[in-house]
Amino acid sequence: MTGGGDVGATRGTGPERLDPRALRKEFPLLAPDRPGGPVVYLDSAASSQRPRAVLEAMDEYYTTTHANVHRGVYAIAEEATRRYEAARVAVGRFVRAPRPATEIVFTKNVTEAINLVAYTWARKELRPGDAILVSELEHHANLVPWLMLAEERGIELRFLPLAPDYHLDLTDLDRLLDGARLVALSAASNVLGTVVDLEPVVAAAHRAGALVLVDGAQLAPHRPVDLGRVGADFFGFTGHKMLGPTGIGVLWAREELLDAMPPFLGGGEMIRDVRTDGFTSNDLPWKFEAGTPPIAEAVGLAAAVEYLERVGLERVHAHESALTAYAIDRLRDAHGEQLTIFGPEPDPLRRSGVISFAFAGVHPHDVAQVLDTRGICVRAGHHCAKPLMRCLGVGATTRASLYLYNDEDDVDALVDGLAEVRELFA
Amino acid sequence: MAGLEDLYREIILDHYRSPRNRGDLPSPPAVRVEGFNPLCGDEVVVYLDVVDAVVVDLKISGQGCSISQSSASMMSAAVKGRSVEEARALVRSFKALMSIHEAQLETDDADAPGAAGPDVLDADALGELAALQGVVKFPVRIKCATLPWNTLSQGLDEVGPATS
Ligand SMILES: Cc1ncc(COP(=O)(O)O)c(C=O)c1O
Repeated sequence: MTGGGDVGATRGTGPERLDPRALRKEFPLLAPDRPGGPVVYLDSAASSQRPRAVLEAMDEYYTTTHANVHRGVYAIAEEATRRYEAARVAVGRFVRAPRPATEIVFTKNVTEAINLVAYTWARKELRPGDAILVSELEHHANLVPWLMLAEERGIELRFLPLAPDYHLDLTDLDRLLDGARLVALSAASNVLGTVVDLEPVVAAAHRAGALVLVDGAQLAPHRPVDLGRVGADFFGFTGHKMLGPTGIGVLWAREELLDAMPPFLGGGEMIRDVRTDGFTSNDLPWKFEAGTPPIAEAVGLAAAVEYLERVGLERVHAHESALTAYAIDRLRDAHGEQLTIFGPEPDPLRRSGVISFAFAGVHPHDVAQVLDTRGICVRAGHHCAKPLMRCLGVGATTRASLYLYNDEDDVDALVDGLAEVRELFA
Repeated sequence: MAGLEDLYREIILDHYRSPRNRGDLPSPPAVRVEGFNPLCGDEVVVYLDVVDAVVVDLKISGQGCSISQSSASMMSAAVKGRSVEEARALVRSFKALMSIHEAQLETDDADAPGAAGPDVLDADALGELAALQGVVKFPVRIKCATLPWNTLSQGLDEVGPATS
C-alpha cells in the first residue's frame, strides 16, 4: 500500500501545489516502461487510470476476506460486509452526504443511477403533461432515460439552451420551469468543459416545485463536492472516472425521497420478506441494491476517494485549472488559425479540463489516429452527446481531457502531434 | 507495427481532398440511402440512378473521416456505369478484402494458407480501391471504409427487385 501523507505534494514549494510527475509514479499504466510503450493519456473524461492503492485495495480484499455480503455468519463474510458498508460511508463522506449509511446507493455506473430515478421516482410521480427540463449539453445517460419516459408517459421534455459562450442560457429559466416536475442537469459537460452554475437553477427549480437531479460524473472526480451546498435532490457519479474501478456508480438522494420511492430491480438483498403473494422491501439503501453488489468495486472506490482526499481535491482543481489555461494558450499559440475550441474560456470556477476542438478541417478520427501513433490518447467522436453535436454544427470533435496526473509535457506532446496532423493532411 | 503510411496512402488522401461524384440526385427517381457509423458520427448518403439494371449515375454526400469519405469517392468512381450485378460483385470483393485481412490479422500470419477464400478477387480487379487494404491493419477503421459499401449495398437491394 502507498503510505499516507501528502501524496504528490511538491516539497519546498508549499503544500498547495500538486506534483503530477510524482503522482504518475503511482499509476502503473502511466509508467514510462509500460509494456507496449508509454502513453500520453488525455482521455480521463472517458475513464481515468487508477493508482496502485486502488488496485491493491481490491486485490487485498479478494485475497483475504471475500465472501458474499449481508448473509454469512462466519468471520470473513462479516468482514466483507463491514468493508462494503464502510466503503459506502467513505464514498458518502467524500461528497458530504448528510446520512451516508442510508442515502448512498451503489449502482453499476452513473447511467444506472439516473435510470434508477427514471424508473422509480419518475414513473411513480410523473403524469402525462408534466415536464422535465434538461439542457442541450447532456450526455446521453442523462437524456435517453428521459426520452424513454417521455415516449412512454406523454411527458414533455424541455431543453435549457446553450449560449454562444458555451454556458447555459438561463434567460428563460422561469418560463421553462412552469409545469416542470424535474430538472435533470449535468454539473459539468463531458464535451465542452462547461461547469454549470447549479445554484440559481436549483433555487429556481425548487421555487417552481420541481426536484433536481444532478449528473455529477464530470464534477465529483475533479472538485470538492458538498451535497448540502449543491442543494440537489438526486446526485449521481461514476467510479471509473475518479480513479476507481469500472462496474460501480453512486446515487445519492435524500432519505425521505428514497423512502417514498418504489424499489428498482427485484431479487435478493432488496427484500425484507417474500411470500407467495408478495414481498416487503428492505431498508435503505439495500432496497435499491438487488442481487450481489459490486463488493470489491466498492472497496476500490473507497480507496480511490481516500486517495483523492489525500491528494486534496482543492489541489486537483487548482492543478487542472492552471493546466487547462496552459493547454488552451499553447494550442492557440501553435495552431491558432487551424483550431476551433468548443468551450468556455479558461476560468477556474466555470471551466474544467475537458478541451474539445476542430482542427484544420481534418476529421477527428484522423486527428486521433495520427496522435495514436505517438502514444497520445485522445477521444474522437460525438462523446455520447449527439444533440450537443448538432448544436455545435459538427458530427464529431477531438477531445483532450486533463486530470491530476497530466502535466505540461502531455500538453506539449499534443501540440507537437497536431503539427504532424497538419503536415500529413495539408 | 503498422505505420501511418499504410493507412494514409497518397491516393486515399487525394480522394479525400478532391472527392469524386460529390453531390446529390433528385429522389425520386434516384434511390437515396443513408448510412451512419454510430460510433464516430460518420455519415454517407448514396444517390443511385439505375436504368435498365445499370447504375447510370451515382452521387455521394455526407461527412466523415478521410477513410470513409475516400472509400465513398473511390467506390463511386468504380461503380458508376456498371451493371447492378457488377456493382454487387464489387461490394462483395471489397468487403472480402476487408474481412479476409481481418482474419489474417487475427491469426497474425498474413501468409497463412487458406486465409483467402475462393471468391476473392485479387487486388487488381479492385483497381485503386486496393489502396484501402492498409486500413485492415487499423481494425477500428474498417467500419469507416465499409460504411459507404454497406450503404450502396442497401441501395442496390432497393432498386434490385424493380429492375430484375
Ligand atoms: C456527463 C456524463 N454523464 C454520464 C456519463 C456516463 O457514465 P457511465 O458510462 O459510467 O455511466 C458520462 C461518461 O461517459 C459523462 O461524462
